[in-house]
Amino acid sequence: MSDTLSAPAGATRRTPAANGTAARRSPARFLKPLVLLALLVVLLVLPLYVEEFWLRTGFAVAGAIVGAIGLNLLVGTTGQLSLAHAFFLAVGAVSYTFVSGESGGLGTRAALRGLELPPIVGLVVGVLLAGLAGLVFSPIAARLRGIYLGVASLGLVFIGVHVLNTWTPVTGGFNGRSVPEFSLFGFSFGNDDPQLFVLGVPFREAERLWYLGIVLALAAYLFARNLLRSRPGRALQTLRDSEVAASVMGVNVQAYKARVFLVSSMYAGLSGVMYALSIGSIAPESFGLTVSILFLAMIVLGGLGSVAGAAWGAAFVTALPLVFQQFADVLPLVSAPGEGGVAAGIAARYLFGLAIILVVLFEPGGLAGIANRFRHRGRRSARSPARGAPGAPADPASGTTDPAPPGAPSDPPSDPPSRGSSSR
Amino acid sequence: MTQFLSLLLNGISLGAIYALIALGFVIIFKASEVVSFTHGSLLLLGAYTVARLSDPLGFLPAVLIGLAFTALAAFLVERLIINQLRGAPVISLAIVTIGVDIIILTELIRQIGPDILNVPHPWGGDSVRIGSVGISENRLIAMGVAGVLIIAFFAAFKYSSWGVAMRASAEDGEAAALMGIRQGRVSALAWIVAGVLAAVAALFLVGAPTPGVSAAAYTVALRAFPAAILGGLDSTGGALVGGLLIGITEALAAGYQDQLSFLGRGFGEVAPYVVMIIVLLVRPSGLFGTKELTRV
Repeated sequence: MSDTLSAPAGATRRTPAANGTAARRSPARFLKPLVLLALLVVLLVLPLYVEEFWLRTGFAVAGAIVGAIGLNLLVGTTGQLSLAHAFFLAVGAVSYTFVSGESGGLGTRAALRGLELPPIVGLVVGVLLAGLAGLVFSPIAARLRGIYLGVASLGLVFIGVHVLNTWTPVTGGFNGRSVPEFSLFGFSFGNDDPQLFVLGVPFREAERLWYLGIVLALAAYLFARNLLRSRPGRALQTLRDSEVAASVMGVNVQAYKARVFLVSSMYAGLSGVMYALSIGSIAPESFGLTVSILFLAMIVLGGLGSVAGAAWGAAFVTALPLVFQQFADVLPLVSAPGEGGVAAGIAARYLFGLAIILVVLFEPGGLAGIANRFRHRGRRSARSPARGAPGAPADPASGTTDPAPPGAPSDPPSDPPSRGSSSR
Repeated sequence: MTQFLSLLLNGISLGAIYALIALGFVIIFKASEVVSFTHGSLLLLGAYTVARLSDPLGFLPAVLIGLAFTALAAFLVERLIINQLRGAPVISLAIVTIGVDIIILTELIRQIGPDILNVPHPWGGDSVRIGSVGISENRLIAMGVAGVLIIAFFAAFKYSSWGVAMRASAEDGEAAALMGIRQGRVSALAWIVAGVLAAVAALFLVGAPTPGVSAAAYTVALRAFPAAILGGLDSTGGALVGGLLIGITEALAAGYQDQLSFLGRGFGEVAPYVVMIIVLLVRPSGLFGTKELTRV
């Protein structure tokens, strides 16, 4: 999941000339696909070698990557601060569990209900329902500016947790309920059925989910990347920079806000399903405000507006507490729960808080910004002897999906800007 | 009827506490354009300090130190972080306060653990009856103190030079700066005042009928956010109205939860957010907030 392109947000600020010459001259052009390929191969063969813990962490990270990319579309690209991500995650997770889960007794008082449909149906319904929830909330979201939206969306999280606690037949109530295993056309992602051995290594739940995670995260990544490079993506970025400018350019502000909410919450829904699969059960406390804040931490650390950055941020934030826990006895200051010292989860939270502050203070571009800076530095020194003429034709291989030169904020509409839509 | 009056009175007293928190929230926003998500943990910090110190030092010194400590924390946050980010986008500022909140809250929760710390209020957990309506003494005193503080605040806001300076900077920061108003000082003072208000609110929030200081107090403090938002983020009067509205809503929803059982138990805790979302649907800038105008 390496950074194949510079941050999409930054893409609008670079000149076409710099883009073209750099891509044509630097060996990075040939190197990059190779590195990516190698990375993919490593990811694919990893289950043959590493322990179950890392595979489970990997699937959790993949789920977080999907969610973070979705939130980043909303917060980073469009500039709509949302703390409601946990709510949409919950919608996805609960829908999946309800649609694919079995009806059954939970003691004598409350009976759980479930539709017992195939898990793939549950997954699709989960994603769609989360999108629907986003769409229902979007009229409110579209009317509210930045910070009002942030606090209003806070309300959604509390309402969500309340519903999870009280709607027992569907959600399992306070104690939650267990999540059905995923399966695809008869192939179960559980521990057996069918028993599977690859090169003598048993492929059980963790190994199978690992591949599912890679596929879903990669799909989420590619979709978001292409979205940002297309006309709607440009429109969203313009919307973040100035709503007035966007509406003058012919961007329908309300409609785009609603759509980005839809897409973002569908991402959250998928992430919720993956989260449920990775934990194996859902409970109200898994979808509280903390989760929303952690997702915000992921995209801030990764770099607002950058798809690859969101992925790195998600990996960092999700894996860190787990890794801390794993190595609790080796690391100084960190200890297993129950002993003196700082518990792993808590130590990780300090680090996140500190990292957020430092990133906003010193490197607002986050991890993606740092990566970009290094890349540009290398590029500048390589290019300095022979500068390409300004306006050199862009490399056809570098941006075939680009409808507009990266210098333009968005492709100008062919019809004259509508004056009526700008607010006065 | 008695039940209704009693719930109403309790709601108003709770609302007065919320109003104090919301007021701090609003003046921070007016002075430095920051939506401070740190406010919940500042409040918990105040409550924790008072609870920890009142055993060795006695109640009154503990309260004074608690107030000072919370104000100091707010001041440091402003100086060390917010002031460095002058002119940054509102969202970045909000996010950085979330970062601060994570750190303070994590540390406090680690310190408090699963315990409930008791704050030995001199007025204890008794309740008084006014006619047929009962209310805890703590809440009654809270109402009085909040009333006095709010009046004092509005007087200062209207007449003192700090108040004038702050209103001027909120109106047009650049013009105010050109007139010789030191923005940094205005903003720092606003954070200090907000810290004190939050600590006072904390003092009463953890008294009867609440059992004491626990991590749950943070969730309670968060309910002041809808209060500030629904009154209008940049309206001090709105914070007052919003606080009362939220307090009354919560008390009524909790009191009548048997009649509202179809909404599930504990609906009182989410009722403030429901009210907020409904109000925002009708008035996107809150009840008294200035509408954002865009000039092209």
